[in-house]
Amino acid sequence: MIKIVSARLLQAVLVMVAVTAVAFVMFRFVGDPVSMMVREGASQAEKDALRVALGLDKSLAVQFGEFVWRVLHGNLGTSLRYQQPVTELLIARLPATLELVIVATILSLALGIPLGIISALKPNGILSRLIQSVTLIGVSMPTFVTGLLLILVFAVNLRWLPSSGRGDVVDLGFWQTGFLTASGLKSLILPSITLALFQLTLIMRLVRSEMIDVLSSDYIRFAFARGLSRRHIYGRLALRNTLMPVITVTGLQIGQLIAFAIVTETVFQWPGMGLLFTNAVGFPDIPVLAAYLLFVGLMFVLINMIVDVLYTFVDPRLRTKQ
Amino acid sequence: MTSRVFHRIQLPPVSVMIAGIVLVVILLLAIFTPLIAPIDPRNVSSYSLVDMEIPPVFMDGGDPRFLLGTDNQGRDLVSVILFGLRISILIGVGAVLLAASIGVALGSIAGYFGGIIDTVVMRVADVLVSFPTILVALLVSGIARAQLGPETVSTWAPVILILAIAVNEWVQYARTVRGSSMVEISRDYVRAAKVIGLPSGRIILRHILPNVMSSVMVIATLNLAGAILTEATLSFLGAGMPATYPSLGTLIRIGNEFLFSGLWWIAVMPAAVLVVLVLAVNVVGDYLRDRFNPKLMTN
Repeated sequence: MIKIVSARLLQAVLVMVAVTAVAFVMFRFVGDPVSMMVREGASQAEKDALRVALGLDKSLAVQFGEFVWRVLHGNLGTSLRYQQPVTELLIARLPATLELVIVATILSLALGIPLGIISALKPNGILSRLIQSVTLIGVSMPTFVTGLLLILVFAVNLRWLPSSGRGDVVDLGFWQTGFLTASGLKSLILPSITLALFQLTLIMRLVRSEMIDVLSSDYIRFAFARGLSRRHIYGRLALRNTLMPVITVTGLQIGQLIAFAIVTETVFQWPGMGLLFTNAVGFPDIPVLAAYLLFVGLMFVLINMIVDVLYTFVDPRLRTKQ
Repeated sequence: MTSRVFHRIQLPPVSVMIAGIVLVVILLLAIFTPLIAPIDPRNVSSYSLVDMEIPPVFMDGGDPRFLLGTDNQGRDLVSVILFGLRISILIGVGAVLLAASIGVALGSIAGYFGGIIDTVVMRVADVLVSFPTILVALLVSGIARAQLGPETVSTWAPVILILAIAVNEWVQYARTVRGSSMVEISRDYVRAAKVIGLPSGRIILRHILPNVMSSVMVIATLNLAGAILTEATLSFLGAGMPATYPSLGTLIRIGNEFLFSGLWWIAVMPAAVLVVLVLAVNVVGDYLRDRFNPKLMTN
């Protein structure tokens, strides 16, 4: 148990060190930090002074150490575009992205699990074939095209829903939420559907294949032999074992969703971290890019670790294997 | 035995045949674009502002000269899309070729030599796969912009895009090839080749690689769909091909601006072509995977 956890920890640390090194290289070597920060028409002496003040004259190892120290204290530099600390920018936009990701996850689970079960129970039925073909189209449909079509139908033609922004938000002091106003909820519908569709296919396919596996196992056959009701067998016995991997994958996918929110947020001009990132690519605002990389890296590592460790707690078989 | 022979000559299902035909037609259209396109979108004298914003031919006000309508500058959308298609496919194929070359090279070297080379390559791969391709590609694009300046970036956009996509995509090939070469290396014929003193490079090229190529081809086909989508997404986000030399993604981004003025076809037509292209590649790729290598895991 301890062995597994420590091996995981070591890997997590390794990933974070690699990501931090990349972020450092971006800060230090992409563009010249001095020429980006110095005032126009500065003399060579002023530039040199700034170079010393920024610590750029020290050895690379020392600079990297200082960089890690700053990052650990939450200091991710200043945005070139907004002239504000990057940490503040990210934190201000975190609620928008998280609310979008959470709603999208709930949506995709609420739709994906039932659809997956249907196509597992009757693999050759008309409904499951229809679902299968629709998923293939879903996989081939880029997120931004889905978003575009939804905007065209529901915002431009029907004028039911807003096409951009978050609507009115309520400030809870530490969190700006769109859950509490009508316009906030309405604005959430199209982006969250767009983001959920990306994940829906995956969950559906997973539930389907797991369910088919479980249904062919001995204990299900035994349950049928005992004459238990279909409802009890499918709903309780089979579904429980199917959902274990689904929970894991959903957890792991949250990281992917945060990254894919980049596209959704840009299509709907949703004021979250993803939109901040896209704008930073075009600017180009290197501190924001590097900070976002660090943030996403940290999210991935944390989620992976939590899921792995939880899994070993939940499933006793994993503890005895090495 | 006979049933096996029959199985081998069995035709693929109708959906795969259709997808295959669509794919061949699209490829031919892309190759011969300059010969078949009614106008050259980059040549101002081949179109006129008089024809601007004409809807597709099946709508009221459509003009039989312009099958899919025209854009805001009066350019025939069929021609604009054909030229965009060409760029999208070029970048997609380029990215797949580069990723496959890097992946096969690193994977076979890691699998053949093992030890520290193997550890380093596979650790780098582990870190890379935890990040989605689109995120890495956006980062590469941003870095290129900061380092080279906007003008250079726009001139070299196809090359930068190919690099940006391949940076993350080689991992799949490397993992598969590494696994296969570790199996092959313990076979007697490879041992024999070592004993008679053949150089390592020759053993990898002549004995190990031929055994892994079918897996590589299948991954490459499925990957092509992903690469085309990634390129389209980057261009849509404004981090890809510039408007002066648009891919399908760029065309959709430009069309997006006219969505609210009712000119939906400028965005929807290139999007439809993109979806058909990716769908056809996916169907053919899925079929190839099931047919040649059912155990191959691709995500």
